[in-house]
Amino acid sequence: MSQQLKGWKDVSIAGVCWKPATDYHTGDWRTFKPSRDSEKCTKCLLCHMICPDAAIKWNKEAQDIEFDYDFCKGCGICANECPVKAIVMVQEGGE
Amino acid sequence: MATVQQKTLPLNGDEAVAYAAKQSDVDVVAAYPITPQTIIVEKFSEYVNNGEVDTEFVCVESEHSAIAACLTAALTGARTFTATASAGLALMHEMVYVTAGCRAPVVMAVTNRALSAPINIHCDHSDAMAERDSGWIQIWAENSQEAYDSVIQAFRIAEHPDLLTPVMVNLDGFFLSHTLENVKVSRDDDVKKFVGTRKFPSVIDAEGKRVPFKLDPDNPLTMGPLDLPDYYFEHKRQQEEAIRFAPKIIKEVHDEYARLTGRRYGNGFVDAYRLEDAEIATVCLGSAAGTTKTVVDQLRAKGIRAGVLRIRTLRPLPVEDIVKNFGNMKAIAVMDRSNSVGGHGGPLFHEIRHVLYDTQAHPNVVNYIYGLGGRDMPQSIILQIYKDLQEIATAGKVKKVVQFAGVRE
Repeated sequence: MSQQLKGWKDVSIAGVCWKPATDYHTGDWRTFKPSRDSEKCTKCLLCHMICPDAAIKWNKEAQDIEFDYDFCKGCGICANECPVKAIVMVQEGGE
Repeated sequence: MATVQQKTLPLNGDEAVAYAAKQSDVDVVAAYPITPQTIIVEKFSEYVNNGEVDTEFVCVESEHSAIAACLTAALTGARTFTATASAGLALMHEMVYVTAGCRAPVVMAVTNRALSAPINIHCDHSDAMAERDSGWIQIWAENSQEAYDSVIQAFRIAEHPDLLTPVMVNLDGFFLSHTLENVKVSRDDDVKKFVGTRKFPSVIDAEGKRVPFKLDPDNPLTMGPLDLPDYYFEHKRQQEEAIRFAPKIIKEVHDEYARLTGRRYGNGFVDAYRLEDAEIATVCLGSAAGTTKTVVDQLRAKGIRAGVLRIRTLRPLPVEDIVKNFGNMKAIAVMDRSNSVGGHGGPLFHEIRHVLYDTQAHPNVVNYIYGLGGRDMPQSIILQIYKDLQEIATAGKVKKVVQFAGVRE
C-alpha cells in the first residue's frame, strides 16, 4: 500500500475504525481457493449459509452462487461441507 | 470552608467507597467479592436490593468478567464502577490493559492485598503495583475519608472527554477497609450534581461522519479492533499523551471538590507534610502516612527537621512535585509496601530515585521494604528509619541502599 500512514496526533482515539472493515481485503490471506464444478452443484446454498466470511453470495439475476474473492480467506469449510462434493480447494496460482 | 451540607457517618473504608459509588449515579456495577474488598460489593448489592440506586448490577462469575462487563458498558456511554483486590485484580490483568487502551473511563476501587503464595488476605501493595504500567490513573488514599472523596472525584476525572482514562482508587486492606472511621459525607443531590453526566468527544466513523465516541446502534463504530505493527505504536503513544493531560483535570476536580467540601489532599498529587525546611524525609503511599505524620510531629518536637511526602497519584507520576519538595533534602527514605523480587528495591523506590537522579542536589535515597502481607508498621520502626536518615545526612553517604524493615532475621 502506497498510502500515507497517519501519525499519532491524527489517528482516531483508541483505534476506532475510520474506514469500513470492507476496505480491508482479507482475501489477500488466501493460499487455497475454492473452485466449484457447476455441473455437480445442486445450488442447495449450504455453502452460502455456512461461509464464515459471507464470501459466497447468491446472485439473483444469474440464479447462481458466486465467490467473493476479496474476502474469501480460503478456509475450505465450503469444500468440506458440500454434500455433493462440487467444491474443491486449489492452490492459488496453481491452475 | 465547606459550602455543601455534610453529615458524619461511622463507616469503614469499604463502606465509604460503596457509599460514594451509591451517590455517584452509577449506571452499571459488575463486581465479584474478594477479601478485603467484599464489603464494597455486599453494601452495593444491598443498595440495589433496597431500590436505593438505579444501577444495573451484573453478577459475574469472575473478576475477568467483571472488568470486561464494565469496560464494554463504559464504551456504550454508561458510568461504571467495580472493585477488587489481590488475586481478583491479577485475574483482571488482561482486561485492565484493554480498558485503558479502549479509553473506557471505568472507576475501580482496589482494596490493596498481598498476592499469593503463600496465600495471605492482608494488606500490601503488590496487587496494584502489578498494574502500574497498564495505563490507569492510580489514586492512593490515606484514610477512609479520602477513599470516599477520591471515588467521587474519580468519576469526574476518568470521564473527562479530553482524558477518558480509567481510574483506580487504592485503599489499604483491613487498615482502612475494615476499620471504622468518622467519614463526612455530602448529600446525594450534591454528589450527583458534582459528578454530572458523561460528555463525549467526537470521532470520525467509517462513513466519514463525526459521531460521539460511544457504541450506539444509530451511529455504529468499531471499537477495540486489531492494530498491526503499522498503527499499534501510534495508539500507545496517543494514550501516553492523554494521561499527560490528566494533572490539569485532577487539579481542577480536586480544587472544585475542596471548594464544596472543605477537604483537600495536599495539592491533589502529593501530600507534603512538614517538608518546607526539612532535611530528612520519607516517602510513602496510603495509610502508613498517618502513622508517619505522627512520628514526624514527635521528631519536630525534639527539633529534628523531618517531614514526609505521601504520593497520592502514582500515575500519572507527579514528577515536578517530587523534585520541588526534595530539591534540598539531605536524605530520603522511600517506604515500599511491596517488593520487586530480584530487582533493586521496591517499585515506589524506583520511581522516586529515578526522578531525583536529574536534580542538582542529587540527594541520598534509600529504600525500606515494609509491611508485606499485612505486617504492622509501628512507630518504633518509622523512628528507626528517621534515625538511619539522620546518620546518612550527617555522614553524607549511604551504607545500605535497600533494607527490609520489620522482618525477623
